[in-house]
Amino acid sequence: MDNIIELNNVVFDYSDDNDNPVTVLNGISLGIERGSFTAVLGHNGSGKSTMAKLFNALEHPSSGTVTVNGMNTIDQKHEFDIRKMVGIVFQNPDNQIVASIVEEDVAFGPENLGVEPKEIRKRVDEALKAVDMYEYRNHAPFKLSGGQKQRIAIAGILAMQPECIVLDEPTAMLDPKGRREVIETVKRLNKEKGMTVVLITHFMDEAAIADRVVVMDSGKFILDGTPVEVFGHIKELKEVGLDVPQPTELVGLLKDDGIDIETDIIDVDGCVNALMKALNLEEK
Amino acid sequence: MSILKVEGLTYIYGEGTPFRIAAITDVNFEINSPGLTAIIGHTGSGKSTLIQHLNGLIKTEPGHVFVDDVDIWANEKEIRSVRFKVGLVFQYPEYQLFEETVEKDIAFGPRNIGLDEDEIQQRVVWAAKKVGLTDELLKKSPFELSGGEKRRAAIAGVLAMKPRVLILDEPTAGLDPKGRDMLLDCIVEYQRSENAVVLLVSHSMEDVARVADNVLVMNGGRLVMFGKTDEVFSHGKELEKMGLAVPSIMKIVSALREKGVNLPDGILNVTDAKDALLRLLKGGEPNA
Repeated sequence: MDNIIELNNVVFDYSDDNDNPVTVLNGISLGIERGSFTAVLGHNGSGKSTMAKLFNALEHPSSGTVTVNGMNTIDQKHEFDIRKMVGIVFQNPDNQIVASIVEEDVAFGPENLGVEPKEIRKRVDEALKAVDMYEYRNHAPFKLSGGQKQRIAIAGILAMQPECIVLDEPTAMLDPKGRREVIETVKRLNKEKGMTVVLITHFMDEAAIADRVVVMDSGKFILDGTPVEVFGHIKELKEVGLDVPQPTELVGLLKDDGIDIETDIIDVDGCVNALMKALNLEEK
Repeated sequence: MSILKVEGLTYIYGEGTPFRIAAITDVNFEINSPGLTAIIGHTGSGKSTLIQHLNGLIKTEPGHVFVDDVDIWANEKEIRSVRFKVGLVFQYPEYQLFEETVEKDIAFGPRNIGLDEDEIQQRVVWAAKKVGLTDELLKKSPFELSGGEKRRAAIAGVLAMKPRVLILDEPTAGLDPKGRDMLLDCIVEYQRSENAVVLLVSHSMEDVARVADNVLVMNGGRLVMFGKTDEVFSHGKELEKMGLAVPSIMKIVSALREKGVNLPDGILNVTDAKDALLRLLKGGEPNA
Protein backbone atom coordinates (compact mmCIF):
# COMPACT_ATOMS: atom_id res chain seq x y z
CA MET A 1 0.00 0.00 0.00
CA ASP A 2 1.23 3.48 -0.88
CA ASN A 3 0.70 5.68 2.14
CA ILE A 4 1.18 9.43 1.99
CA ILE A 5 0.94 9.82 5.77
CA GLU A 6 2.04 7.26 8.34
CA LEU A 7 1.67 7.39 12.10
CA ASN A 8 3.67 4.79 14.02
CA ASN A 9 2.84 4.26 17.67
CA VAL A 10 2.30 7.98 18.21
CA VAL A 11 1.90 9.35 21.72
CA PHE A 12 1.06 13.00 22.31
CA ASP A 13 0.92 14.32 25.84
CA TYR A 14 1.49 17.53 27.76
CA SER A 15 1.40 18.80 31.33
CA ASP A 16 -1.55 20.88 32.47
CA ASP A 17 -1.29 23.97 34.72
CA ASN A 18 -0.93 21.78 37.81
CA ASP A 19 1.78 19.68 36.17
CA ASN A 20 -0.51 16.70 35.74
CA PRO A 21 0.24 14.75 32.57
CA VAL A 22 -2.56 14.78 29.98
CA THR A 23 -2.44 12.14 27.26
CA VAL A 24 -4.16 13.23 24.06
CA LEU A 25 -2.98 10.49 21.71
CA ASN A 26 -2.25 7.16 23.26
CA GLY A 27 0.02 5.14 20.97
CA ILE A 28 -1.83 5.29 17.65
CA SER A 29 -0.74 3.90 14.30
CA LEU A 30 -2.42 4.81 11.05
CA GLY A 31 -1.64 4.92 7.34
CA ILE A 32 -3.44 7.32 4.99
CA GLU A 33 -3.37 5.87 1.49
CA ARG A 34 -2.56 8.17 -1.40
CA GLY A 35 -5.70 9.27 -3.22
CA SER A 36 -8.06 8.00 -0.50
CA PHE A 37 -10.91 9.81 1.29
CA THR A 38 -10.86 9.19 5.04
CA ALA A 39 -13.35 10.58 7.55
CA VAL A 40 -12.36 10.89 11.21
CA LEU A 41 -15.06 10.79 13.90
CA GLY A 42 -14.77 11.25 17.64
CA HIS A 43 -16.32 13.33 20.41
CA ASN A 44 -14.90 16.72 21.43
CA GLY A 45 -11.57 16.11 23.11
CA SER A 46 -10.98 12.66 21.61
CA GLY A 47 -7.76 13.79 19.92
CA LYS A 48 -8.91 14.39 16.33
CA SER A 49 -7.62 17.93 15.91
CA THR A 50 -4.31 17.13 17.58
CA MET A 51 -3.85 14.31 15.12
CA ALA A 52 -4.60 16.66 12.22
CA LYS A 53 -1.91 19.06 13.43
CA LEU A 54 0.61 16.22 13.50
CA PHE A 55 -0.08 15.60 9.82
CA ASN A 56 1.70 18.78 8.69
CA ALA A 57 4.18 19.32 11.48
CA LEU A 58 2.17 21.97 13.35
CA GLU A 59 2.64 19.63 16.32
CA HIS A 60 5.20 16.90 16.91
CA PRO A 61 4.62 13.56 18.66
CA SER A 62 5.93 13.08 22.21
CA SER A 63 7.02 9.63 21.11
CA GLY A 64 6.57 7.53 17.98
CA THR A 65 6.94 8.88 14.46
CA VAL A 66 4.85 10.72 11.88
CA THR A 67 6.06 10.58 8.30
CA VAL A 68 4.73 12.39 5.25
CA ASN A 69 5.91 10.91 1.97
CA GLY A 70 8.60 9.18 3.96
CA MET A 71 9.82 12.43 5.59
CA ASN A 72 9.85 12.46 9.40
CA THR A 73 7.88 15.52 10.56
CA ILE A 74 10.27 16.05 13.47
CA ASP A 75 13.10 16.78 11.02
CA GLN A 76 13.08 20.57 10.62
CA LYS A 77 14.65 20.54 7.20
CA HIS A 78 11.50 18.84 5.83
CA GLU A 79 9.04 21.19 7.51
CA PHE A 80 8.61 23.39 4.46
CA ASP A 81 8.10 20.45 2.07
CA ILE A 82 5.67 18.80 4.44
CA ARG A 83 3.51 21.92 4.80
CA LYS A 84 3.48 22.22 1.03
CA MET A 85 2.35 18.65 0.72
CA VAL A 86 -0.36 18.60 3.41
CA GLY A 87 -2.71 21.58 3.74
CA ILE A 88 -5.21 22.08 6.58
CA VAL A 89 -8.57 23.86 6.43
CA PHE A 90 -9.99 24.83 9.83
CA GLN A 91 -13.49 25.32 11.20
CA ASN A 92 -13.92 29.07 11.08
CA PRO A 93 -13.53 30.57 7.60
CA ASP A 94 -13.20 34.08 9.03
CA ASN A 95 -9.96 33.14 10.80
CA GLN A 96 -8.34 31.86 7.62
CA ILE A 97 -8.85 34.69 5.19
CA VAL A 98 -6.05 37.25 5.08
CA ALA A 99 -6.66 39.46 2.03
CA SER A 100 -9.41 41.88 1.02
CA ILE A 101 -9.85 40.44 -2.49
CA VAL A 102 -10.64 36.77 -3.09
CA GLU A 103 -7.87 36.11 -5.63
CA GLU A 104 -5.26 37.83 -3.50
CA ASP A 105 -6.23 35.62 -0.63
CA VAL A 106 -5.84 32.49 -2.73
CA ALA A 107 -2.44 33.76 -3.97
CA PHE A 108 -1.12 34.18 -0.43
CA GLY A 109 0.05 30.55 -0.09
CA PRO A 110 1.92 30.20 -3.38
CA GLU A 111 3.46 33.67 -2.92
CA ASN A 112 4.93 32.46 0.34
CA LEU A 113 6.30 29.42 -1.41
CA GLY A 114 8.14 31.74 -3.80
CA VAL A 115 6.24 30.60 -6.88
CA GLU A 116 6.75 32.65 -10.10
CA PRO A 117 4.05 35.35 -10.61
CA LYS A 118 2.92 33.84 -13.91
CA GLU A 119 2.58 30.43 -12.33
CA ILE A 120 0.72 31.96 -9.35
CA ARG A 121 -1.83 33.50 -11.72
CA LYS A 122 -2.41 30.10 -13.29
CA ARG A 123 -2.68 28.29 -9.97
CA VAL A 124 -5.07 30.85 -8.50
CA ASP A 125 -7.38 30.60 -11.51
CA GLU A 126 -7.30 26.82 -11.44
CA ALA A 127 -7.87 26.65 -7.69
CA LEU A 128 -10.84 29.02 -7.87
CA LYS A 129 -12.34 27.03 -10.73
CA ALA A 130 -11.85 23.80 -8.79
CA VAL A 131 -14.00 25.11 -5.92
CA ASP A 132 -16.45 26.78 -8.30
CA MET A 133 -15.65 30.32 -7.12
CA TYR A 134 -13.83 31.70 -10.19
CA GLU A 135 -16.52 34.27 -10.91
CA TYR A 136 -16.03 35.71 -7.42
CA ARG A 137 -12.28 36.27 -7.89
CA ASN A 138 -12.55 40.06 -7.62
CA HIS A 139 -15.04 40.10 -4.74
CA ALA A 140 -14.35 41.03 -1.14
CA PRO A 141 -14.29 37.85 0.99
CA PHE A 142 -16.19 39.42 3.90
CA LYS A 143 -19.26 39.82 1.71
CA LEU A 144 -19.42 36.13 0.84
CA SER A 145 -21.52 33.47 2.58
CA GLY A 146 -19.91 31.01 5.00
CA GLY A 147 -19.87 28.21 2.44
CA GLN A 148 -18.28 30.49 -0.16
CA LYS A 149 -15.65 31.68 2.31
CA GLN A 150 -14.82 28.13 3.27
CA ARG A 151 -14.40 27.25 -0.42
CA ILE A 152 -12.01 30.21 -0.76
CA ALA A 153 -10.01 28.79 2.15
CA ILE A 154 -9.91 25.45 0.32
CA ALA A 155 -8.79 27.19 -2.89
CA GLY A 156 -6.00 28.87 -0.90
CA ILE A 157 -4.75 25.42 0.06
CA LEU A 158 -5.17 24.04 -3.48
CA ALA A 159 -3.06 26.86 -4.94
CA MET A 160 -0.12 25.44 -2.98
CA GLN A 161 -0.71 22.20 -4.91
CA PRO A 162 -0.66 19.88 -1.92
CA GLU A 163 -1.07 16.15 -2.30
CA CYS A 164 -3.29 15.90 0.74
CA ILE A 165 -5.92 18.20 2.20
CA VAL A 166 -7.01 17.86 5.82
CA LEU A 167 -10.29 19.52 6.83
CA ASP A 168 -11.02 19.98 10.53
CA GLU A 169 -14.80 20.36 10.92
CA PRO A 170 -15.03 22.62 7.87
CA THR A 171 -18.84 22.76 7.94
CA ALA A 172 -19.50 23.28 11.66
CA MET A 173 -20.45 26.94 11.16
CA LEU A 174 -22.28 26.65 7.85
CA ASP A 175 -25.93 26.55 6.82
CA PRO A 176 -27.24 23.46 4.98
CA LYS A 177 -26.45 24.89 1.54
CA GLY A 178 -22.95 25.91 2.61
CA ARG A 179 -22.38 22.44 4.01
CA ARG A 180 -23.52 20.85 0.77
CA GLU A 181 -21.26 23.12 -1.31
CA VAL A 182 -18.17 22.37 0.76
CA ILE A 183 -18.74 18.62 0.94
CA GLU A 184 -19.46 18.35 -2.79
CA THR A 185 -16.27 20.32 -3.52
CA VAL A 186 -14.20 18.04 -1.31
CA LYS A 187 -15.71 14.93 -2.85
CA ARG A 188 -15.03 16.22 -6.35
CA LEU A 189 -11.39 17.05 -5.55
CA ASN A 190 -10.93 13.51 -4.36
CA LYS A 191 -12.75 11.73 -7.17
CA GLU A 192 -11.70 13.92 -10.12
CA LYS A 193 -8.29 15.22 -9.10
CA GLY A 194 -7.17 12.27 -7.00
CA MET A 195 -6.51 14.51 -3.99
CA THR A 196 -5.99 12.65 -0.73
CA VAL A 197 -8.65 13.89 1.71
CA VAL A 198 -8.91 13.60 5.48
CA LEU A 199 -12.20 15.00 6.77
CA ILE A 200 -12.76 15.49 10.50
CA THR A 201 -16.45 15.95 11.21
CA HIS A 202 -19.30 15.69 13.71
CA PHE A 203 -21.83 15.10 10.94
CA MET A 204 -22.37 11.40 10.38
CA ASP A 205 -23.89 11.89 6.92
CA GLU A 206 -20.69 13.62 5.79
CA ALA A 207 -18.59 10.71 7.04
CA ALA A 208 -20.86 8.33 5.12
CA ILE A 209 -19.54 9.57 1.75
CA ALA A 210 -15.89 8.74 2.58
CA ASP A 211 -14.12 5.53 1.45
CA ARG A 212 -12.95 4.89 4.99
CA VAL A 213 -14.10 5.98 8.44
CA VAL A 214 -11.88 5.91 11.52
CA VAL A 215 -13.36 6.52 14.97
CA MET A 216 -11.33 7.94 17.85
CA ASP A 217 -12.02 7.76 21.55
CA SER A 218 -9.66 8.84 24.36
CA GLY A 219 -6.72 9.14 22.00
CA LYS A 220 -7.12 5.70 20.40
CA PHE A 221 -8.77 4.29 17.30
CA ILE A 222 -11.72 2.13 18.22
CA LEU A 223 -13.20 1.48 14.77
CA ASP A 224 -11.72 1.58 11.28
CA GLY A 225 -13.38 0.44 8.07
CA THR A 226 -15.73 1.39 5.24
CA PRO A 227 -18.71 3.57 6.24
CA VAL A 228 -20.97 0.53 6.01
CA GLU A 229 -18.71 -1.49 8.32
CA VAL A 230 -18.21 1.29 10.86
CA PHE A 231 -21.80 2.50 11.02
CA GLY A 232 -22.90 -1.09 11.57
CA HIS A 233 -21.56 -0.66 15.12
CA ILE A 234 -24.47 1.48 16.28
CA LYS A 235 -24.12 0.55 19.96
CA GLU A 236 -20.37 1.16 20.17
CA LEU A 237 -20.70 4.52 18.42
CA LYS A 238 -23.44 5.69 20.77
CA GLU A 239 -21.39 4.55 23.75
CA VAL A 240 -18.59 6.93 22.80
CA GLY A 241 -20.99 9.85 22.34
CA LEU A 242 -21.35 9.55 18.58
CA ASP A 243 -24.23 8.72 16.32
CA VAL A 244 -24.99 6.97 13.03
CA PRO A 245 -26.72 8.43 9.95
CA GLN A 246 -30.51 8.41 10.36
CA PRO A 247 -31.04 5.83 7.54
CA THR A 248 -28.63 3.42 9.29
CA GLU A 249 -30.31 3.96 12.64
CA LEU A 250 -33.77 3.33 11.23
CA VAL A 251 -32.95 -0.04 9.65
CA GLY A 252 -30.96 -1.00 12.76
CA LEU A 253 -33.95 -0.34 15.00
CA LEU A 254 -36.27 -2.31 12.71
CA LYS A 255 -33.81 -5.22 12.68
CA ASP A 256 -33.69 -5.15 16.50
CA ASP A 257 -37.46 -5.48 16.46
CA GLY A 258 -37.19 -8.68 14.48
CA ILE A 259 -37.81 -7.31 10.99
CA ASP A 260 -35.97 -9.05 8.15
CA ILE A 261 -34.22 -6.11 6.51
CA GLU A 262 -30.80 -5.31 5.02
CA THR A 263 -28.71 -3.37 7.52
CA ASP A 264 -25.68 -2.29 5.48
CA ILE A 265 -27.38 1.01 4.72
CA ILE A 266 -25.81 4.45 5.00
CA ASP A 267 -27.93 6.72 2.82
CA VAL A 268 -31.52 7.74 2.04
CA ASP A 269 -31.81 5.86 -1.27
CA GLY A 270 -30.43 2.63 0.15
CA CYS A 271 -32.79 2.89 3.08
CA VAL A 272 -35.83 3.46 0.88
CA ASN A 273 -34.93 0.43 -1.28
CA ALA A 274 -34.39 -1.79 1.76
CA LEU A 275 -37.72 -0.69 3.23
CA MET A 276 -39.57 -1.32 -0.03
CA LYS A 277 -38.08 -4.83 -0.10
CA ALA A 278 -39.01 -5.46 3.52
CA LEU A 279 -42.54 -4.25 2.80
CA ASN A 280 -42.67 -6.60 -0.22
CA LEU A 281 -43.37 -3.60 -2.45
CA GLU A 282 -40.16 -3.85 -4.44
CA GLU A 283 -40.50 -2.27 -7.87
CA LYS A 284 -40.56 -4.94 -10.55
CA MET B 1 -53.10 37.64 24.74
CA SER B 2 -49.79 36.96 23.07
CA ILE B 3 -46.44 36.29 24.72
CA LEU B 4 -44.35 37.55 21.84
CA LYS B 5 -45.63 39.56 18.90
CA VAL B 6 -43.66 41.10 16.05
CA GLU B 7 -45.43 43.60 13.84
CA GLY B 8 -44.29 45.20 10.59
CA LEU B 9 -40.61 44.88 11.42
CA THR B 10 -38.17 46.18 8.80
CA TYR B 11 -34.51 46.89 9.33
CA ILE B 12 -32.14 48.52 6.89
CA TYR B 13 -28.37 48.60 7.34
CA GLY B 14 -26.51 51.62 5.98
CA GLU B 15 -29.58 53.78 5.29
CA GLY B 16 -28.50 56.89 3.39
CA THR B 17 -25.27 55.29 2.14
CA PRO B 18 -24.51 53.47 -1.12
CA PHE B 19 -24.34 50.24 0.94
CA ARG B 20 -28.00 50.37 1.94
CA ILE B 21 -29.28 46.83 2.42
CA ALA B 22 -32.56 45.60 3.86
CA ALA B 23 -31.72 42.89 6.40
CA ILE B 24 -35.35 42.16 7.23
CA THR B 25 -38.49 43.33 5.51
CA ASP B 26 -41.98 43.51 6.99
CA VAL B 27 -41.76 40.61 9.41
CA ASN B 28 -44.94 39.73 11.30
CA PHE B 29 -45.59 36.85 13.64
CA GLU B 30 -47.14 36.07 16.96
CA ILE B 31 -46.51 33.39 19.58
CA ASN B 32 -49.47 32.91 21.90
CA SER B 33 -48.50 29.91 23.93
CA PRO B 34 -45.35 28.48 25.53
CA GLY B 35 -43.33 26.15 23.36
CA LEU B 36 -40.21 25.79 21.29
CA THR B 37 -40.02 27.54 17.93
CA ALA B 38 -37.04 27.00 15.63
CA ILE B 39 -35.88 29.79 13.34
CA ILE B 40 -34.20 28.49 10.18
CA GLY B 41 -32.83 30.25 7.12
CA HIS B 42 -29.65 30.51 5.06
CA THR B 43 -26.70 32.65 6.18
CA GLY B 44 -27.71 36.27 5.65
CA SER B 45 -31.45 35.53 5.64
CA GLY B 46 -32.02 37.94 8.55
CA LYS B 47 -32.25 35.54 11.51
CA SER B 48 -29.69 37.32 13.68
CA THR B 49 -31.05 40.77 12.87
CA LEU B 50 -34.52 39.56 13.77
CA ILE B 51 -33.55 38.13 17.15
CA GLN B 52 -31.55 41.21 18.11
CA HIS B 53 -34.77 43.18 17.83
CA LEU B 54 -36.58 40.90 20.23
CA ASN B 55 -34.73 42.06 23.34
CA GLY B 56 -34.17 45.60 22.21
CA LEU B 57 -30.54 45.37 21.08
CA ILE B 58 -31.70 46.96 17.85
CA LYS B 59 -34.41 49.59 17.97
CA THR B 60 -37.54 48.75 16.01
CA GLU B 61 -37.76 51.30 13.20
CA PRO B 62 -40.27 50.80 11.70
CA GLY B 63 -42.25 48.09 13.42
CA HIS B 64 -43.08 46.86 16.90
CA VAL B 65 -42.11 44.05 19.24
CA PHE B 66 -44.57 43.22 22.01
CA VAL B 67 -43.74 41.03 24.99
CA ASP B 68 -46.82 40.10 27.02
CA ASP B 69 -48.74 42.66 24.97
CA VAL B 70 -46.46 45.53 25.95
CA ASP B 71 -44.45 47.34 23.27
CA ILE B 72 -40.85 46.91 24.44
CA TRP B 73 -40.01 50.45 23.29
CA ALA B 74 -43.08 52.05 24.91
CA ASN B 75 -40.79 53.44 27.57
CA GLU B 76 -37.22 53.73 26.33
CA LYS B 77 -35.77 54.07 29.81
CA GLU B 78 -37.15 50.66 30.69
CA ILE B 79 -35.49 48.81 27.82
CA ARG B 80 -32.98 47.25 30.23
CA SER B 81 -35.76 45.39 32.01
CA VAL B 82 -36.81 43.88 28.67
CA ARG B 83 -33.44 42.14 28.55
CA PHE B 84 -34.24 40.34 31.80
CA LYS B 85 -37.49 39.15 30.33
CA VAL B 86 -36.09 38.17 26.94
CA GLY B 87 -32.82 36.29 27.35
CA LEU B 88 -30.52 36.10 24.35
CA VAL B 89 -27.74 33.53 24.05
CA PHE B 90 -25.38 34.45 21.23
CA GLN B 91 -23.42 32.09 19.00
CA TYR B 92 -20.35 30.67 20.73
CA PRO B 93 -21.41 32.19 24.08
CA GLU B 94 -18.40 30.60 25.77
CA TYR B 95 -16.27 33.45 24.40
CA GLN B 96 -18.22 35.79 26.66
CA LEU B 97 -17.32 34.11 29.93
CA PHE B 98 -15.23 36.58 31.90
CA GLU B 99 -15.50 36.07 35.66
CA GLU B 100 -13.00 34.39 37.99
CA THR B 101 -15.27 31.47 38.73
CA VAL B 102 -18.15 29.79 36.95
CA GLU B 103 -20.35 30.65 39.92
CA LYS B 104 -19.64 34.38 39.63
CA ASP B 105 -20.18 34.27 35.90
CA ILE B 106 -23.61 32.70 36.24
CA ALA B 107 -24.46 35.20 39.03
CA PHE B 108 -23.73 38.21 36.82
CA GLY B 109 -27.18 38.37 35.20
CA PRO B 110 -29.27 37.86 38.37
CA ARG B 111 -27.09 40.42 40.18
CA ASN B 112 -27.81 42.96 37.46
CA ILE B 113 -31.51 42.37 37.88
CA GLY B 114 -30.96 43.54 41.48
CA LEU B 115 -31.97 40.32 43.24
CA ASP B 116 -30.83 39.80 46.84
CA GLU B 117 -27.82 37.57 47.57
CA ASP B 118 -29.86 34.58 48.76
CA GLU B 119 -31.96 34.62 45.64
CA ILE B 120 -28.87 35.04 43.45
CA GLN B 121 -27.22 32.04 45.10
CA GLN B 122 -30.36 29.95 44.63
CA ARG B 123 -30.60 30.94 40.99
CA VAL B 124 -26.94 30.04 40.36
CA VAL B 125 -27.34 26.57 41.83
CA TRP B 126 -30.61 26.09 40.01
CA ALA B 127 -29.28 27.20 36.62
CA ALA B 128 -26.11 25.13 36.95
CA LYS B 129 -28.24 22.09 37.71
CA LYS B 130 -30.47 22.82 34.72
CA VAL B 131 -27.51 22.60 32.36
CA GLY B 132 -25.89 19.67 34.15
CA LEU B 133 -22.88 21.41 35.70
CA THR B 134 -21.69 19.84 38.97
CA ASP B 135 -21.12 21.85 42.17
CA GLU B 136 -17.37 21.36 41.99
CA LEU B 137 -17.24 23.00 38.57
CA LEU B 138 -18.92 26.11 40.02
CA LYS B 139 -15.78 26.95 41.98
CA LYS B 140 -13.48 26.57 39.00
CA SER B 141 -12.31 29.21 36.58
CA PRO B 142 -14.43 29.06 33.41
CA PHE B 143 -11.20 28.60 31.49
CA GLU B 144 -10.53 25.23 33.12
CA LEU B 145 -13.73 23.78 31.69
CA SER B 146 -14.04 21.73 28.51
CA GLY B 147 -15.62 23.34 25.45
CA GLY B 148 -19.02 21.76 26.04
CA GLU B 149 -18.99 22.69 29.74
CA LYS B 150 -18.04 26.29 28.96
CA ARG B 151 -20.94 26.56 26.55
CA ARG B 152 -23.36 25.21 29.16
CA ALA B 153 -21.94 27.58 31.80
CA ALA B 154 -22.56 30.54 29.49
CA ILE B 155 -26.13 29.39 28.84
CA ALA B 156 -26.69 28.91 32.59
CA GLY B 157 -25.86 32.61 33.00
CA VAL B 158 -28.88 33.49 30.88
CA LEU B 159 -31.17 30.82 32.36
CA ALA B 160 -30.40 32.19 35.84
CA MET B 161 -32.38 35.31 34.88
CA LYS B 162 -35.36 32.99 34.23
CA PRO B 163 -36.35 34.76 31.03
CA ARG B 164 -39.94 34.44 29.88
CA VAL B 165 -38.63 34.31 26.31
CA LEU B 166 -35.32 32.52 25.78
CA ILE B 167 -33.56 32.95 22.44
CA LEU B 168 -30.55 30.86 21.47
CA ASP B 169 -28.47 31.46 18.33
CA GLU B 170 -26.95 28.18 17.11
CA PRO B 171 -26.39 26.75 20.58
CA THR B 172 -25.12 23.38 19.32
CA ALA B 173 -22.65 24.54 16.61
CA GLY B 174 -19.38 22.63 16.89
CA LEU B 175 -20.57 20.23 19.60
CA ASP B 176 -20.28 16.47 19.15
CA PRO B 177 -23.49 14.40 18.96
CA LYS B 178 -23.58 13.64 22.68
CA GLY B 179 -22.86 17.23 23.72
CA ARG B 180 -25.48 18.39 21.25
CA ASP B 181 -28.19 16.04 22.54
CA MET B 182 -27.40 16.92 26.14
CA LEU B 183 -27.70 20.65 25.47
CA LEU B 184 -30.92 20.27 23.50
CA ASP B 185 -32.41 18.23 26.35
CA CYS B 186 -31.51 21.07 28.77
CA ILE B 187 -33.24 23.61 26.55
CA VAL B 188 -36.38 21.50 26.20
CA GLU B 189 -36.41 20.92 29.96
CA TYR B 190 -36.16 24.67 30.64
CA GLN B 191 -38.98 25.38 28.23
CA ARG B 192 -41.25 22.85 29.96
CA SER B 193 -40.42 23.56 33.58
CA GLU B 194 -40.68 27.35 33.18
CA ASN B 195 -43.49 27.27 30.64
CA ALA B 196 -41.34 29.61 28.57
CA VAL B 197 -41.26 30.62 24.93
CA VAL B 198 -38.00 29.38 23.46
CA LEU B 199 -36.68 30.48 20.07
CA LEU B 200 -33.89 28.36 18.68
CA VAL B 201 -31.89 29.53 15.67
CA SER B 202 -30.35 26.48 14.05
CA HIS B 203 -28.69 25.22 10.87
CA SER B 204 -29.22 21.63 11.96
CA MET B 205 -32.48 20.39 10.51
CA GLU B 206 -32.13 17.18 12.56
CA ASP B 207 -32.01 19.20 15.79
CA VAL B 208 -34.99 21.26 14.69
CA ALA B 209 -37.05 18.19 13.85
CA ARG B 210 -36.14 16.64 17.18
CA VAL B 211 -37.12 19.47 19.53
CA ALA B 212 -39.20 22.17 17.81
CA ASP B 213 -42.97 22.46 18.10
CA ASN B 214 -43.06 25.11 15.39
CA VAL B 215 -40.68 26.32 12.71
CA LEU B 216 -40.27 29.84 11.38
CA VAL B 217 -38.46 30.13 8.05
CA MET B 218 -36.60 33.27 6.97
CA ASN B 219 -35.52 33.78 3.37
CA GLY B 220 -33.98 36.93 1.92
CA GLY B 221 -35.02 38.95 4.97
CA ARG B 222 -38.66 37.89 4.83
CA LEU B 223 -40.63 35.47 6.93
CA VAL B 224 -41.78 32.91 4.38
CA MET B 225 -43.18 30.06 6.46
CA PHE B 226 -44.38 29.67 10.03
CA GLY B 227 -46.13 26.52 11.15
CA LYS B 228 -46.00 23.16 12.86
CA THR B 229 -42.66 21.40 12.43
CA ASP B 230 -43.91 18.49 10.32
CA GLU B 231 -45.99 20.84 8.21
CA VAL B 232 -42.99 23.06 7.42
CA PHE B 233 -40.73 20.10 6.64
CA SER B 234 -43.32 18.72 4.25
CA HIS B 235 -42.26 21.57 1.91
CA GLY B 236 -38.94 19.86 1.15
CA LYS B 237 -38.52 21.24 -2.37
CA GLU B 238 -39.17 24.87 -1.37
CA LEU B 239 -36.80 24.55 1.59
CA GLU B 240 -34.02 23.21 -0.66
CA LYS B 241 -34.50 26.13 -3.02
CA MET B 242 -33.91 28.44 -0.06
CA GLY B 243 -30.61 26.72 0.71
CA LEU B 244 -32.13 24.69 3.54
CA ALA B 245 -32.70 20.99 3.85
CA VAL B 246 -34.94 18.32 5.32
CA PRO B 247 -33.64 15.71 7.79
CA SER B 248 -32.78 12.37 6.13
CA ILE B 249 -35.53 10.59 8.01
CA MET B 250 -38.17 12.89 6.50
CA LYS B 251 -36.71 12.37 3.02
CA ILE B 252 -37.10 8.63 3.54
CA VAL B 253 -40.70 9.08 4.66
CA SER B 254 -41.51 11.30 1.64
CA ALA B 255 -39.89 8.84 -0.79
CA LEU B 256 -41.89 5.97 0.68
CA ARG B 257 -45.12 7.97 0.45
CA GLU B 258 -44.39 8.75 -3.20
CA LYS B 259 -44.05 5.03 -3.81
CA GLY B 260 -47.48 4.52 -2.33
CA VAL B 261 -46.61 3.47 1.22
CA ASN B 262 -49.29 4.68 3.58
CA LEU B 263 -47.53 6.48 6.43
CA PRO B 264 -49.19 8.75 8.99
CA ASP B 265 -48.42 12.49 9.31
CA GLY B 266 -46.20 13.88 12.03
CA ILE B 267 -43.12 11.67 11.59
CA LEU B 268 -40.21 13.84 12.74
CA ASN B 269 -37.54 11.50 13.99
CA VAL B 270 -36.17 7.99 13.67
CA THR B 271 -38.31 6.64 16.51
CA ASP B 272 -41.53 7.97 14.97
CA ALA B 273 -40.57 6.41 11.65
CA LYS B 274 -39.68 3.08 13.23
CA ASP B 275 -43.00 2.91 15.08
CA ALA B 276 -45.01 3.71 11.95
CA LEU B 277 -43.06 1.21 9.82
CA LEU B 278 -43.30 -1.52 12.46
CA ARG B 279 -47.07 -1.25 12.39
CA LEU B 280 -46.99 -1.74 8.61
CA LEU B 281 -44.35 -4.48 8.64
CA LYS B 282 -46.02 -6.47 11.37
CA GLY B 283 -49.37 -6.15 9.64
CA GLY B 284 -52.25 -4.17 11.03
CA GLU B 285 -53.16 -0.64 10.13
CA PRO B 286 -50.91 2.27 11.06
CA ASN B 287 -52.60 4.76 13.31
CA ALA B 288 -52.63 8.30 12.15
